[in-house]
Amino acid sequence: MSSNVKKVLIYAALALWTVIALFPIFWTFSTTFKVAKDVQTGQIIPWLQFTPNWLGLRAIGLSPDTLFTDSTPREEFIKRFWNSIQASLGGAGLALVVGSMAAYGLSRFQYKWMIWRNKDISFFFLSQLILPPVVLAMPFLVLYKELALLDSMFGLILIYALMVLPIVIWIMRDQFDNIPNELEQAALVDGCSSWGAFLKIILPIALPGMVAAFILAVILCWNEYFFAALLTSTHAKTLPVMVASQTGSQGISWWSMAAVSSAAILPLIVIGIFLERFIVKGLTAGAVK
Amino acid sequence: MSNDNLSDQEAVSGQVSDQRKAMGTWMVRLATLGYALLVLLQTLTATGVIEFGFSSWLPAFLGFGVWGVFLCWGNILRLDEQGWRALFVLPAILLTVAMVIFPTFFGLYIAFSDWNLSSATGQHFNGLANFYQLLADERFWNALSNMIFYVATVIVQYAIAFGLALLLNSEIRGQKFFRVAFLLPFMLSPVAVSWMIGKSMLEFRFGPVTNLLRSLGWENPSLLTTPWLAKSTLAAMDAWVWIPFMMILLLAGLQAMSKEVQEAAKVDGASGWQGFWHVTYPLMLQVSMTTVILRIIFQLKLADIVINTTSGGPGGATDTVSSFIFREYKDRSNVGYGTMVAEVYLVLIIIFVSLLLKLSNRIMQRQGA
Repeated sequence: MSSNVKKVLIYAALALWTVIALFPIFWTFSTTFKVAKDVQTGQIIPWLQFTPNWLGLRAIGLSPDTLFTDSTPREEFIKRFWNSIQASLGGAGLALVVGSMAAYGLSRFQYKWMIWRNKDISFFFLSQLILPPVVLAMPFLVLYKELALLDSMFGLILIYALMVLPIVIWIMRDQFDNIPNELEQAALVDGCSSWGAFLKIILPIALPGMVAAFILAVILCWNEYFFAALLTSTHAKTLPVMVASQTGSQGISWWSMAAVSSAAILPLIVIGIFLERFIVKGLTAGAVK
Repeated sequence: MSNDNLSDQEAVSGQVSDQRKAMGTWMVRLATLGYALLVLLQTLTATGVIEFGFSSWLPAFLGFGVWGVFLCWGNILRLDEQGWRALFVLPAILLTVAMVIFPTFFGLYIAFSDWNLSSATGQHFNGLANFYQLLADERFWNALSNMIFYVATVIVQYAIAFGLALLLNSEIRGQKFFRVAFLLPFMLSPVAVSWMIGKSMLEFRFGPVTNLLRSLGWENPSLLTTPWLAKSTLAAMDAWVWIPFMMILLLAGLQAMSKEVQEAAKVDGASGWQGFWHVTYPLMLQVSMTTVILRIIFQLKLADIVINTTSGGPGGATDTVSSFIFREYKDRSNVGYGTMVAEVYLVLIIIFVSLLLKLSNRIMQRQGA
């Protein structure tokens, strides 16, 4: 096969997969601007096949004509959006702090507690990766009811922190293992405590890894649906739950569905485009040596 | 460094004064005693023996955090440097114990009881009744066999992801653009994917995908109503979301491989295909193994897409164990039976993943020998 033919085939395959990967995203954004007729006739290309309409954005009070008026749907939408931000930043932040500390400890010191050593403690954390959410969901329902934490932001943040904790520890352990410990040794000789060395010397070096772990954790928390659907109702409901509950009595209003969906995926697409480097770093840390 | 450190620790802890040591020990003891009293008080209140306790268990839960603070503090007083070192891992351990280990075991208590959250009768034990119900429940076995299908599709996803990784690793222009474009599906909320792809793009009358299939000559593309087709469609949607994840790992593996090895393969006169099978692929075995195992672990949790696209239908054809339990709770508020299914599923997963890890270790060893 000549190298030119090969080149063409490679680019054709790349183009095909680009369409497969991006068309659904385009479809989501464009459906926001369609009226019922456009949806039901399967129009695809804006301006050419259908005239963009503010219907979708009006449904969440964000179209130009509703933007500066009072709007109940917009309040509801902003509340859900804000809830999602709180839950994902809170959960990821808590997991990052607790997880980085644990990962650093496990990477640098030898622990021994009864028969437990570092290897066992690491396994204890990582083994939770295989725990399906459904195993915890029912006990949490009952426990949170007793704790008065059902439908509360605090409860949701705690669960999310716990859900991403093994992943954060996995990533950060790899990061700290790659930092030579001569750095702290020097600091310890200079009279620095182990926490001083950790905070002043190691953390700044490990910062890119922490950003990677944080972003990955935020993505997972932002998209989480299972716990949110079971444990929240009126107060702490997040965006994915709002998306899932968009069905009205007269069928689905696709434009408002698409508008809420767009809002749910837009922040992550922005993150994906600008912080791709960190996401790749986070995904590959520990898995690829 | 371990041995040096251990002797260091002994030297350091030797300097702690007896008075400080005693203070630390008593701090831990008093905190434990105080917390035990709090739990006892709350238990008595909850069972109705006394009436002046708190109205919910929240103080008992927060008390656990306070106890944790005193435990860490007492350790620092008692052991100095070793206590400071324990402070690195203790918060994570305490959080995990409170939020994972305790609920999992509490789940056993729920699993052996008849407990309908929406009824007023509350919890009462019914022994192994839930377990027998599960053994006889065809919907559970159906969901479990669907899981085997979904896990098996990981191999197809792996093949596609490997292909994409190879494409991205070849000398192309705009590599960064393609990498970002290919990664994006992984970032999207599964719920949004279910609605905008599952319900909208695959809509029978006007969805663009069904339209495309019709124009290709498929008269009746009932993607979500024919059982085997619905299962494959959901597997395809799931693949769309997760292929980027595998692709990124495999691409990193390819990029970490030294160019010299690949050049050497070319010089030896191996064709592209031979070079791939004899040089690239064996070197990628380790990364492939990690990728596939991680992916299978995530696949066992599959739920969101199924719940939102088909709710397990038609006739349970697309059900996963998680979505089955989700509906069992949503429809019947039956936490007892749902938890029993979940705990049994957890045991099955642990056995399956352990076997999988054993198998992969054996393959890697054979490869090394």
